[in-house]
Amino acid sequence: MKQVLRYLRKYTILLMLSVVCAIVTTIASLYIPIFTGDAIDCIIGEGNVDFPAIAGILTKIGIAIAIAAVSQWCMGLLNNTVTCRVVHDMRRDAFAKLERLPLKYIDGRSSGEIVSRMIADVDQFSEGLLMGMTQFFTGIMTILMTLIFMFRLSTGITGMVVLLTPISLVVAAVIARKSHHLFAAQSKLRGVQTGFIDEMIGNQKVVMAFHRQENAIQTFEKQNEEYRRISLKAIFASSTTNPATRFVNGLIYAAVGMFGGFLAIRRVITVGELSCFLSYASQYTKPFNEISGVVTEMQNALVCAKRVFEIIYAEPEKPDEPDAVCLRDVNGNVEFQDVSFSYIPEQKLIEHLNLSVKPGQKIAIVGPTGCGKTTLINLLMRFYDTTEGRILIDGHDTKKCTRESLRTTFGMVLQETWIRSGTIRENIMMGNPDATEEEMIEAAKASYAHNFIRRLPRGYDTVMSEDGGNLSQGQKQLLCIARVMLCHPDMLILDEATSSIDTRTEIKIQKAFAALMKGRTSFIVAHRLTTIQDADVILVMKDGNVIEQGTHDDLLRAGGFYASLYASNM
Amino acid sequence: MKKLLVYLKDYRKESILAPLFKLLEASFELFVPLVMAQIIDVGIDNEDKNYIIQMGLVLFALGIIGLACSLTAQYFAARAAVGFTAKVKNKLFSHIMDFSYSQMDALGSSSLVTRLTSDMNQVQSGVNLVLRLFLRSPFIVLGAMIMAFTVDVKAALIFVVAIPLLSIVVFGIMLIGIPIYRRVQDHLDKLTRNTRESLAGARVIRAFRLEDEWVGEFMENNKALRRIQLVAGRVSSVMNPVTYVIINGALIALIYVGAVRVNGGFLKTGQVVALVNYMSQILVELIKLANLIITTTKAVACGNRIQTVLEIEAEGHTVDSVKRDGGVEYPGEYVAFHHVNFAYEGSGENALEDIDFTVHKGQTVGIIGGTGSGKSTLIHLLSGFYEPTSGEVVLDGKNLTAYESGEILERIRLVPQKAVLFSGTIADNLRWGKEDATEEEMWAALETAQAAEFVKQKEGLLEAEVKQAGKNFSGGQRQRLTIARALVGEPDILVLDDSTSALDYRTDASLRAAIRELPCHPTVFLISQRTNSIQYADLILVLDDGKLVGVGTHEELLRECEVYQEIHESQYKK
Repeated sequence: MKQVLRYLRKYTILLMLSVVCAIVTTIASLYIPIFTGDAIDCIIGEGNVDFPAIAGILTKIGIAIAIAAVSQWCMGLLNNTVTCRVVHDMRRDAFAKLERLPLKYIDGRSSGEIVSRMIADVDQFSEGLLMGMTQFFTGIMTILMTLIFMFRLSTGITGMVVLLTPISLVVAAVIARKSHHLFAAQSKLRGVQTGFIDEMIGNQKVVMAFHRQENAIQTFEKQNEEYRRISLKAIFASSTTNPATRFVNGLIYAAVGMFGGFLAIRRVITVGELSCFLSYASQYTKPFNEISGVVTEMQNALVCAKRVFEIIYAEPEKPDEPDAVCLRDVNGNVEFQDVSFSYIPEQKLIEHLNLSVKPGQKIAIVGPTGCGKTTLINLLMRFYDTTEGRILIDGHDTKKCTRESLRTTFGMVLQETWIRSGTIRENIMMGNPDATEEEMIEAAKASYAHNFIRRLPRGYDTVMSEDGGNLSQGQKQLLCIARVMLCHPDMLILDEATSSIDTRTEIKIQKAFAALMKGRTSFIVAHRLTTIQDADVILVMKDGNVIEQGTHDDLLRAGGFYASLYASNM
Repeated sequence: MKKLLVYLKDYRKESILAPLFKLLEASFELFVPLVMAQIIDVGIDNEDKNYIIQMGLVLFALGIIGLACSLTAQYFAARAAVGFTAKVKNKLFSHIMDFSYSQMDALGSSSLVTRLTSDMNQVQSGVNLVLRLFLRSPFIVLGAMIMAFTVDVKAALIFVVAIPLLSIVVFGIMLIGIPIYRRVQDHLDKLTRNTRESLAGARVIRAFRLEDEWVGEFMENNKALRRIQLVAGRVSSVMNPVTYVIINGALIALIYVGAVRVNGGFLKTGQVVALVNYMSQILVELIKLANLIITTTKAVACGNRIQTVLEIEAEGHTVDSVKRDGGVEYPGEYVAFHHVNFAYEGSGENALEDIDFTVHKGQTVGIIGGTGSGKSTLIHLLSGFYEPTSGEVVLDGKNLTAYESGEILERIRLVPQKAVLFSGTIADNLRWGKEDATEEEMWAALETAQAAEFVKQKEGLLEAEVKQAGKNFSGGQRQRLTIARALVGEPDILVLDDSTSALDYRTDASLRAAIRELPCHPTVFLISQRTNSIQYADLILVLDDGKLVGVGTHEELLRECEVYQEIHESQYKK
């Protein structure tokens, strides 16, 4: 709530104007029944109509209408502006934060959830906010003003109205409580169903391969039937609110009519005043129902806002220290000093790792899945920071270097390819937007991507859909390699970079890489041992530890884990 | 949206009764001002308290009847809306299940999930509201006008002018608003894409230090969204004041005309009050109507998105589920391709060209070739996911068209590249291969797949929980479980589509050995990029750019097939 207010503070003036408009609108529109009543009192019977008075009253009504309409319009514009801007600000801040959050935050959450916070939750919040601003103020104003106006007309009738309205509220509350747990049950079931849909549709190919479509459809229909039943109950229960409260309002209307009739006979009020009361009685109860709706909507909005604020106020990556070193023209001397790291404190991963890499060396990291190969890369790039120990590059502690310069130093190709939506050209030029067309084509040729790109319908201007859906895994990987080729980084990181490329092409790429790696310190994570035999140092990792270290020949001679891996590989 | 309404057919009764009862309720509501006019003109004028009480009771009775009608209507409306949505949902789900591989790729599963979940909810509330209110509101508006005519024809003419004016305003704003709202949605989609991409590519973006550029792009889209939202807001904020002015303008006219008519002795004061009441009833309904238009617009937009998906012709089973004439029989040929050509729809080039080979029962067949050489396509043709453009695919001596697609998949088990598990238990997953598999069968499959060891360490063994997407298993474990899943039920043909990539070499080797020794001797297709995984195969198919460039054993191919030599050398070069 406090956080929401912080976002609203910027628009205090607009909000105050909006409140003023709300007050003006309600007062002006509440005067209309009074004027109408006055006018009716001037219409007494045949030949007994006070036309000059009526003309005056009608003019007043006209003015009231004009004022109400204009202020209503202003209020609409103001509220809309404030909502749009607040939503815009929230999304902006949330996204900016997203790019500054440690990867730990992103890795630990499903991306679908974060997306839903950024989009759906913010939307929900904006709807609640808009509804709150337009209906909450005016609702409360209408109730208060109506009461004041009615008391001025007749205490008796007003007292009766005030006594009767709680019935409507009680009815609404009872129904809301009843339908609440039905809705809870419904949303639980919805969660289950969404999970099922997600799984089956996300993996439709597997479902198809096992010919399980029928089975999936049956399960779905069963779930759906259950959902239908509970949903019907919930919706029906909640939809009784409207008729029930309308019924109560009808009662109040009848009571006002009768009681007002008696008073009119005794000449306590005029017929015009009675007509005024009647229109108030039907207006007065409405905001109550609206407000209760708005309150739930606003509670919902606050929940959504909270989920968004969780991103906005999440702890960002520790900023670079002010005296951080800017790495430039790195020689490529890398040193791990007693490095320990774990993702979860209870589960140790890397412990007391020491490693010294000389400029231009080629370091290969091998080992079974989950042994911490990729973790080393995460530490080098400072996607994660070491728990203990230091990593030095050319003698500088990486924690005391700016992240930007550190990451510039490395060129990285990951196993999981990532293509941004945009043209092929944009994708290759990503790391080096200033490159010339020739340089770009050169890089594409060097990574053997040029040939397939040329064959695409629009060559380098072919637009990739999200995640490069129209390219094969191998082609995507070639693009990612071209991207790095164009950057000429000081050091290289290849995390199973050629895993989805066939070996013939891989040989060619390896040649290109060899040219690229010449004189550059490189780290290579690999599955295929054949590709790393000429590495200067091979690190064999198992369960977070480097268990063997040396050249291919050394390790084979030692006859350890690497030797047995190599044997089964052949 | 229109075509979706077919699914309301089964709820015809409900969807007629709901508005009908709403109309009944509305008609009773329309009597209220008349009764009130009587109270004023008869009761008050004659100072007749009993008459007033009687009329009060009439009002009460009208309220009760109205309540009953409206509850009935709400029930039928809810029933129709919920039932309708459930139907469409079932239809959509089974429709999506029929989509082919390439269709799934093109449509994207996340957008399909949205159709089935949030879009459906919007449609449901839309239908519900339409049934309840879209008839009621116009009816009250028109009804109020008709009632006004019964009171006084001259005064009622004001209604005749005001109502069309109001309709023009309401529908005009709606017509302007819908395309703007659609643009808002488009911009929102852009933001979604920005966010999703930046999450998927977090590492790359940071490695290339593109954070600022991404924030910049998002900001731009975000600003564009704000601009268009402001426009939308400006349009819709005109609605309320304008309708307000029209209604109250009509009110002024009404009072003036009423005054003249009363003066002339044609009307009574109470009747003027009744006319004023009718006018304010119209106002109330219009406000409701305006709010509902927004909900309906959204619902229609969502309905259209659903309809678009339903309109896509599912090409899931190009091999019909109905048995057709199998044509010539080929005794002795277990799996064979006879001069098969295949091109994906919309692509001129052949993905496979003149593929011709024969496999005998129990053989192990290796398929090797570069990225995009057509290995997976070949398997998809064999599984009947696609039908060849020309040529014949033979399974167990008969053309594939002689089988139902279920029959084919009963015999062929595919282990896909991507290891996917489903939430449930390990046993639930294994039973995908065979629904009534016994524990022994499952354990045997796990043993063969080299998965028994780690399953034994799990709490609950076969009943151990598998979380969504198998998140609680490592990549290698997932792969072994998917292999076990395919083995349960002893398939005749087992296809391993590069499905051992996350396994270390030792496990991979033991797995291959175990499969070779299976008592059921399945015919095995091994898709691989490595010659060492397939060198012991009885037959190796070498694919290059959609063509079959070599068929034979490892040794034969090493002697005769240039492409195979190259592949092999690339992996064994010192």
